[in-house]
Amino acid sequence: MHYIFEPGLFSSGPVRTAVLVGTVVAVTSGVIGVLTVIRGQSFAGHSLADVATTGGAGAFLIGVNQFWGFLIAGVAGAAIMELIGVQRRRGRDVATGVVLGAALGAAALFLYLGTQTSSTTGASFTILFGSMFVISPDTVPALIASGIVALAVVAVLSRVLLLTSLGPDLAAARGVPVRAVGIAYLMALAVAVSLSAVAIGAVLSTALLIGPAATALRVTKRPGLAMAASALTGTAATWLGILLAYDSFYWSSSGRGWPVSFFVVALVLIAYLLSYARRPSRGRRAGRAAEARKVLVEG
Amino acid sequence: MTVPWKTEQAVQELLRLEGISVRLGGREILRDVSFTVGPGEFTGLIGPNGAGKTTLLRVILGLQPPTAGRVLLNGRPRPRRGGERLIGYVPQKLAIDPDMPLRARDVVSLGIDGNRLGFPLPSAARRELVDEALRAVEAERYADARVGELSGGEQQRVMIAHAVIARPRLLLLDEPLANLDLRSEQGIVAVLARLAREQRIGVLISAHDMNPLMAETSAVVYVAGGRAAAGRTGEVIRADVLTALYGSQVDVLRVQGRVIVVAGEAPQPGDPVGAGAVARPDGS
Repeated sequence: MHYIFEPGLFSSGPVRTAVLVGTVVAVTSGVIGVLTVIRGQSFAGHSLADVATTGGAGAFLIGVNQFWGFLIAGVAGAAIMELIGVQRRRGRDVATGVVLGAALGAAALFLYLGTQTSSTTGASFTILFGSMFVISPDTVPALIASGIVALAVVAVLSRVLLLTSLGPDLAAARGVPVRAVGIAYLMALAVAVSLSAVAIGAVLSTALLIGPAATALRVTKRPGLAMAASALTGTAATWLGILLAYDSFYWSSSGRGWPVSFFVVALVLIAYLLSYARRPSRGRRAGRAAEARKVLVEG
Repeated sequence: MTVPWKTEQAVQELLRLEGISVRLGGREILRDVSFTVGPGEFTGLIGPNGAGKTTLLRVILGLQPPTAGRVLLNGRPRPRRGGERLIGYVPQKLAIDPDMPLRARDVVSLGIDGNRLGFPLPSAARRELVDEALRAVEAERYADARVGELSGGEQQRVMIAHAVIARPRLLLLDEPLANLDLRSEQGIVAVLARLAREQRIGVLISAHDMNPLMAETSAVVYVAGGRAAAGRTGEVIRADVLTALYGSQVDVLRVQGRVIVVAGEAPQPGDPVGAGAVARPDGS
């Protein structure tokens, strides 16, 4: 006999930590993810996730909590990206790809060496793919605090970020320090990626950043609503993922559950696919716009 | 509500450029460009593609420091900061995806205070201001549509509303008529002419074809080869003035109220219509 809420779900310490941290992560990633998609910086998010992987692996090697590795590497990566202007110049894609490949190579080395010395085979899996059930309770305050700081930064900058995404010149002409705003935003993005890496692993972290945001952008046309919808989608996927992962311990007699990250990412994908089923009333306008473009091109 | 431009009617010049020169990467883009724009004046900034029109607008906006010369706003040198309050700007192209979650009214609303920190709380006054700006450009019909899904002409109207909602005295537009059909062109020119007339905004609009502007522009700044000739349309669009500017023989033909500028040499592909080519591609 199986229950939807298996016995012990609500009294389990790891589950409570997972729900708390998962919610903070989902809200932070959801809100910042919308701005990332609007600004066309999904690639920056992905790059930061790769760099964070190296940081997490390095932290594991020297015996520090992986969140600090994710965070330090992510913030440093964001600073370097800003310096060399990765997000501006398309031509740097190749160089970026090579550097990120090297970063992941270093992560492989760190994980290998770390596993040799500490003989905890699960650690590398946790860094790459996360596990919300093994988050150490003493990092929880730091996780929550960094989420709040990142959210505060984008809340303060939200108007300026939207104006800049309309056109950097437009914002600069209005006296916006476009570059400084871009740096602040990249730092917030690095924090969001690090948090997401703690929850669902460094490799999967962009799924929680981009997936709910992409879903939200399909169902709403207002910036504030999109952020709320994205945060909600991410939170729902996280909660449901935790529930299913906990339940999955009882699915077979082996007593081995499936990873939370799998469920969260799968649910994010399902939400995204569902957003295609429900289309807002854009058909008429989109049709007209397409028609106008056709006239321009052919006329 | 106070009407800021009425308090300084004594100043007859909103904008004055004095001997502006710009060199970029060793190349001379603009040389010794001078002109003025007054309140309510609708001035065309005309010239072939690549003549330096956008650079000139960027100098006025403070985005491009000139190598020589100065920009005066309201009779005073352009301040390093704060000059932006006087100027509304409509860039040539928006970086907007159809999926971007911004309605036309959100874009206009960003015109009020999009350059400030924090996020705006919705209020009746704010909504009224946005509606009023949308009405002024006749865009209220698609106020709630995603701006990325609007046609080029509709987007231009929304951006004009975005630019004028903060009540600038000067409005700069970078090729707002590019890639528009004839009706959208006429509609936008009419809206701009009315803003200039009713709100006494000085409008400086860049275009590679002066003809859509002819009915409304009072003055023209013609840029070619890095130099500019400015004055009333009839004083500038003359064979001798433009020949001196281009440095080669140029003829000006007037056909049924339309002006065709014909350079001596055969027009190159990509040459702007009205500044070298003989007819408009749409045959109008």
